[in-house]
Amino acid sequence: MIIDASIRKKLNFFELAIDFSCPDNEMLVFIGPSGGGKTTLIRMLAGLERPDEGRITFGEEVWFDSKTNKIIPPRKRGIGYVFQDYALFPHLTIYENAAFAAAEEKEVDRLLELFQIAHLRDRKPHLVSGGERQRCAICQALARNPRLLLLDEPFSALDAVTRRELREELKDLKKELSFPVIYVTHDINEALYLGDDIIPVVEGREDREWMQRAISRGPSKRKPTRAARKQKLALAY
Amino acid sequence: MDSMALFITLKLALVTTVILVVLGAPLAYFLAYNRFFGKPIIEALLYLPIALPPTVIGFYLVVAMGPRGFIGSLWKTFTGASLLFSFAGITMAAILYSLPFAVQPMKATFQKLDGRLVENAAVLGLSPLSIFFRVVLPNSRSGIIAAAILVFLHSMGAFGVILMVGGSIPGITKVASIAIYEAVEMMDYRAAGLTALCFIPISYLFLLLVNKLNEDG
Repeated sequence: MIIDASIRKKLNFFELAIDFSCPDNEMLVFIGPSGGGKTTLIRMLAGLERPDEGRITFGEEVWFDSKTNKIIPPRKRGIGYVFQDYALFPHLTIYENAAFAAAEEKEVDRLLELFQIAHLRDRKPHLVSGGERQRCAICQALARNPRLLLLDEPFSALDAVTRRELREELKDLKKELSFPVIYVTHDINEALYLGDDIIPVVEGREDREWMQRAISRGPSKRKPTRAARKQKLALAY
Repeated sequence: MDSMALFITLKLALVTTVILVVLGAPLAYFLAYNRFFGKPIIEALLYLPIALPPTVIGFYLVVAMGPRGFIGSLWKTFTGASLLFSFAGITMAAILYSLPFAVQPMKATFQKLDGRLVENAAVLGLSPLSIFFRVVLPNSRSGIIAAAILVFLHSMGAFGVILMVGGSIPGITKVASIAIYEAVEMMDYRAAGLTALCFIPISYLFLLLVNKLNEDG
């Protein structure tokens, strides 16, 4: 199935205006500076926010259409959504969280094994590390058999080492997934590593040159450090 | 010591608490997450019992619950009995009297709840009703218990409203606070003192519990 969207929404400082589509087996990455409307975009795909204008379709289904004033609520969209910071249910254990909306229990066990958190199954979320919580959040989203997976900066709150580990795990996992995946990040490395298609979003608009500029300008106006320069070299290839 | 009156007090407080938690939780949830026209006006109306003198509430309840009152005549058609001077009558009065103490803390608890949990549950396919029972309630437990304790303590202390609506019928509507007052009126300080003494450990223990719950939450 293809997720196809054309969205306009007035935000505080600019208008979000994006058109895109993403077919099965592909990962579409939205990248751009913070505050550029990426999270709002993904929330509109999930149905948590309403666009002012536009149309969102998934295969034959119409999820949103401003012309006919139609909007399908989040619970009927069949989405897996991994939030930026942990939205695990604090009163449930890791296992119960992963199984919260699971289609079948066997799948939950398999996912917990796959993400190496099976031994933590009886712990509450506040007693495991941030990386483990985010692994659990991915398990929770996948266990419900989603038709579309949305990931909103899922690793941004993690330390660099854990982030790289999870990034690799996600890349491996992607081969298994038969549905479209939409990934939001502000990390260029992550986007290049994971994405089949990358759309840079700056102040609500697609800006194809942003990545080039971001890479050649460096992370800030200050003189780049040696480490940052190395990063850029790695990016060039 | 008037153990019958104490029993009526505990029974009244318990019934009021159960009904108010069950009715108040959805109401508080609705108020916590919805904006609508006239909301501040309705909310102020709900909290009015805090601001009004108990005898004023009592007066209007007597009028409404009397045989010609709206509630009283309705009750009479359905049950054949008078609502005034009955346990059902004082229960209704206590519910109204303690309503703000149920709604306000529960609303605050629901508002404190992380909105992403509700959003996550919605995305995971839960209906609003399942979200309430599977996500909101379990994560608001301490706040709801605190509200229940406040309601219990507040209804235990009701005096003016209960006296006006229920009179002071022993075994039916004579609650402990009225029994204490009447015992003092009859210079029976021993009986009044013993009944009064029973309140202190109950109230104190419950307050300890409320404070603990507030700290944990």
